Amino acid sequence: MAGGLVIVGASLAGLRAAQAARAAGYEGELTIVGAERHRPYTRPPLSKDLLAGIDDVDACMFPADEVDVTWRLGERATALDTTAKRVDLEGAESIEYHRLVLATGCRARPWTGPGKELEGLHTLRDLDDALALQRALAPKPKLAVIGAGFIGCEVAASARKLGIDVTLVDIAPLPMPGLGETLGARCADMHREYGVDLRLGTGIAALHGDAGGRLAEVELSDGSRVEAQVAVIALGAIPNTEWLEGSGLTLEPGVLCDATLTARGADDVFAAGDIAAWPHPLAPDAPIRIEHWTNAAEQGTLAGRNAVAGAAERKEHTSVPSFWSDQYDVKIQAVGLPRLAERVHMAEAAPDGDRFVAVGERDGTVIAAYGWNGARRLPLYRRHIAAGASADEVLAAVREDSKAFGAPVAA
Amino acid sequence: MSTIKVHVDMNLCQSHGECVFAAPDVFELGDDDVLKWEEEVDASKRAELEEAVNVCPMLAISLEG
Repeated sequence: MAGGLVIVGASLAGLRAAQAARAAGYEGELTIVGAERHRPYTRPPLSKDLLAGIDDVDACMFPADEVDVTWRLGERATALDTTAKRVDLEGAESIEYHRLVLATGCRARPWTGPGKELEGLHTLRDLDDALALQRALAPKPKLAVIGAGFIGCEVAASARKLGIDVTLVDIAPLPMPGLGETLGARCADMHREYGVDLRLGTGIAALHGDAGGRLAEVELSDGSRVEAQVAVIALGAIPNTEWLEGSGLTLEPGVLCDATLTARGADDVFAAGDIAAWPHPLAPDAPIRIEHWTNAAEQGTLAGRNAVAGAAERKEHTSVPSFWSDQYDVKIQAVGLPRLAERVHMAEAAPDGDRFVAVGERDGTVIAAYGWNGARRLPLYRRHIAAGASADEVLAAVREDSKAFGAPVAA
Repeated sequence: MSTIKVHVDMNLCQSHGECVFAAPDVFELGDDDVLKWEEEVDASKRAELEEAVNVCPMLAISLEG
């Protein structure tokens, strides 16, 4: 077995793939290639407790020493040849594989408009990004956060904890787009209550610098201008798949796989985490790709296990996705596929409004549930989603449920 | 009958509830959102327990046995 198992990507999915392969009894060569110089670390704290100074770097590192792996860190994969079964590396010798797991994740989408060269612009994806942003925030500059999705909202919340003036901008009418109006409106109110200057429904026209080339002002597309010495560009993520062009793999909307995470067109190549596109039972029309922590953990494990199993023993990835965002003292969570929901119904809410669960419906079926401090209720909804329950069925069951938070006020 | 001991570091737990998704017979979030769990679990539930360890974002769960 020349080359053994090679995993490209040394983050959560790559680490879990290695651990799962070993746990399944694989004793051959196992190499993890990672572009970053760091051992695997967990990313959720980067925009939350690490940025707010509650956690330090050590708290983010995964315990990975016990895994029997050859680490090739600080080495970037540049090409894949699926016929020669070889991965080319930048500035180093190529590696041959018997089985390959692709887990190169995403990178932050940069600002490419006017002012892109200014000092003071940050994105947040890697540990080094988080440490650079932490240093930039230490003198308490005025901060503009561009994009009010998961990362943007979390950065805004963490910066407010640090006492920093924050302007949060998004072209969408509400923050956390994709999680429905109910949750988005609640999230907007919360950021305003905590003192964020929230500018919605407006994009960015340009970033302007001072004479020294440092960011000074953000010009919004509504014509207004906001003073800022630091900006966090939180415009979403781009899958790191360019290096796979020419490999013969299909790369839209990510590395296209079957349900066992085996890449289409290469029976000994697997993908996991942010870059994997696969057919999910909840999304019959097209393969999906999910950029969330739990998906990377689950898919990494499955890809690692499948990579060392016989072709007939490969298992399918069908679990109902789940993800979360911590902002101030609120835990926002979702299960299912919120982006595919056509309508959102409030299912239950505490009388004081501090907790609620809403459900997303598609073709009469519940395809997602959204929790606002609703963690203890979501397992029930997740089971309903997995079972393909109808919205009427779920809403009726919740009305009868004595453990529900309470009847929603006018859905 | 062999059992598995389940440890949760409650200094780390943030009540995400991912373990409840993975092993609903073992883990539960109480009315106050504090995690409750069975400390000794039949070994037949190993796969779901390992899944719970795997998906805990706080790496708070460990198994013994």
